Amino acid sequence: MDDRNIQFMFWGLATAWGLLAIYVVMLAAREGRLKKQLDSLKRMIEEKQ
Amino acid sequence: MAKNIRLGLGALVGMLLLRNLYIILFNLPDEMEQGPVYRIFYYHLPAFFAAILCYITALVASSMYLIKKNLRYDAIAMSATEVGLAFAAVNLITGMIWGRISWGIWWAWDARLTWALICWLVYFGYLMLRQAIDDPTERAKNSAVLSIFAFVSVAITYKAIEWWRTQHPGPVLSIRTGKQLIDPVMENMLYMNFLALATLAVLMVIIRLNQEEMQRQIDGLRRRAHAI
Repeated sequence: MDDRNIQFMFWGLATAWGLLAIYVVMLAAREGRLKKQLDSLKRMIEEKQ
Repeated sequence: MAKNIRLGLGALVGMLLLRNLYIILFNLPDEMEQGPVYRIFYYHLPAFFAAILCYITALVASSMYLIKKNLRYDAIAMSATEVGLAFAAVNLITGMIWGRISWGIWWAWDARLTWALICWLVYFGYLMLRQAIDDPTERAKNSAVLSIFAFVSVAITYKAIEWWRTQHPGPVLSIRTGKQLIDPVMENMLYMNFLALATLAVLMVIIRLNQEEMQRQIDGLRRRAHAI
């Protein structure tokens, strides 16, 4: 079997996993950013009151 | 409680994906004509169906928004569309990698591939449109209408391999053709990986939806902070 066949299989599977992993990392980063914003706003409002 | 459900679902998806990967790589035989590269299909096809599942969710949620005017439906539509785009990107790029080795080219402007790309661009446009409108009600209304029209491109993409003669292979699944065109063991693995990717898509939509809720809380708190 052609070596390129196995290489392309590897790249195909790696791309599928990689793209989904990138999206999961983006989701986690957004979640962290939103939590930080939410906490700081809550603190700010408590201090103002 | 909700966090535990998310963690449980995440663990389940992780185990299912790893189990499937092991079977795909080590248990299933090579395809007679294509060799090992055919394994890309175990992600290419299920990712397409997971994306369709997301787009159907977006269609239903958008329609519900126009009927009920509840912003929760708009958030569901947006979350499902974003997740659908991620899966559609997996479908498009894995297809290109398979095409390079099987056809000798990265891309063919045949009906299926072209419509799949149009579909991706239309839904990407949906997300761009949302960025451009500040008023939440106006944004939700315009996005819902676009989402409903965008679904036409999903239907055309799905039917393209039946309506036109394409370089892209025709339908192979027995649930669509009524005939056993591929080995049942290979077909079952496609369904198993669809189950894994569809569960992952559901989990991602739940997480994204939760983030929309957090964003709404942040917007509310910002208004309150300005008012104080």
